[in-house]
Amino acid sequence: MAITMSPQEITAAIKAKFPEAVLDAKLEGVIDPFLKIAPAAILEVSRFLHESPELSFDYLMCLSGMDNGKGMLGVVYHLASMEKKHKIVLKVEVPVATPAVPSVESIWRAANWHEREAFDMIGITFTGHPDLRRILLPDDWEGHPLRKDYKVPEYYQGMKVPY
Amino acid sequence: MGLLDQKFESGNVVITTVDNLLNWARLSSLWQMQFGLACCAIEMMAAAASHYDFDRFGVIPRATPRQSDVMIVAGTVTLKMASRIKRLYDQMSEPRYVISMGSCSNCGGPYWEHGYHVLKGVDRVIPVDVYVPGCPPRPEALMEGLIKLQEKIRSESLVKKSA
Repeated sequence: MAITMSPQEITAAIKAKFPEAVLDAKLEGVIDPFLKIAPAAILEVSRFLHESPELSFDYLMCLSGMDNGKGMLGVVYHLASMEKKHKIVLKVEVPVATPAVPSVESIWRAANWHEREAFDMIGITFTGHPDLRRILLPDDWEGHPLRKDYKVPEYYQGMKVPY
Repeated sequence: MGLLDQKFESGNVVITTVDNLLNWARLSSLWQMQFGLACCAIEMMAAAASHYDFDRFGVIPRATPRQSDVMIVAGTVTLKMASRIKRLYDQMSEPRYVISMGSCSNCGGPYWEHGYHVLKGVDRVIPVDVYVPGCPPRPEALMEGLIKLQEKIRSESLVKKSA
């Protein structure tokens, strides 16, 4: 019989294993309770969430990149457990100057294309990703268009871009 | 069909100009370059299916540009796709025609302002004969565009050199 854990119990389990990893948590008053994780610890925390039999997070529902417009880029991980029927959201934030986040592709294979999209659109470099190429834009595209400070190019391959 | 039957039965001779004959043949067998880009392609497929039946105008989808007379650009032309469209158009043999279907293909549509990845009108890379407005245009509108193209072909001359 699967035992569903509350966000508080999940947080306590992570904190017990990695006392330094959880930087912040908001578990009340939001639709999806989330934890802010130290970027360096995201791989170990993810592996723990995946492999621990009590937590058993076997499903990465979504991985998104974001730009908060204040010099920080972020990655948001929506995790779920098919078996235990519980969910949690993890967030990491890295400075725009050095946007490197460890890849979780080795844990959830679904992260492969999601991380490529976050790299393509936001410009987050996932260290340890086996094939970090652009996934949507052409290979010769310059810049990452979903950054807040992105400027639309005047021309692309001789074609005028603005209206 | 009475008029045609009687003509053939009573005389077996039809008198016309070479231009008329060639144009009649050309406008009645407009083979279409078979590809679609976005939601407009769904309407184009509906136009080709049994209810609207594009086939009665002699429009047959061809899987290669070498056998095509008309290219229906049905959908959003991204910058990534634009160079492919240009190449496909160049591979079509002359005389060749282009129908631009829908707002995206006409002028960028809803992406005109913030679409960093969208070409603001396919006429920036290839010449367009007929623009069909709509988002997306109904099959009747595409049919109207095709009839406009037929009118255009009817008024052309392959024999007489134009200045």
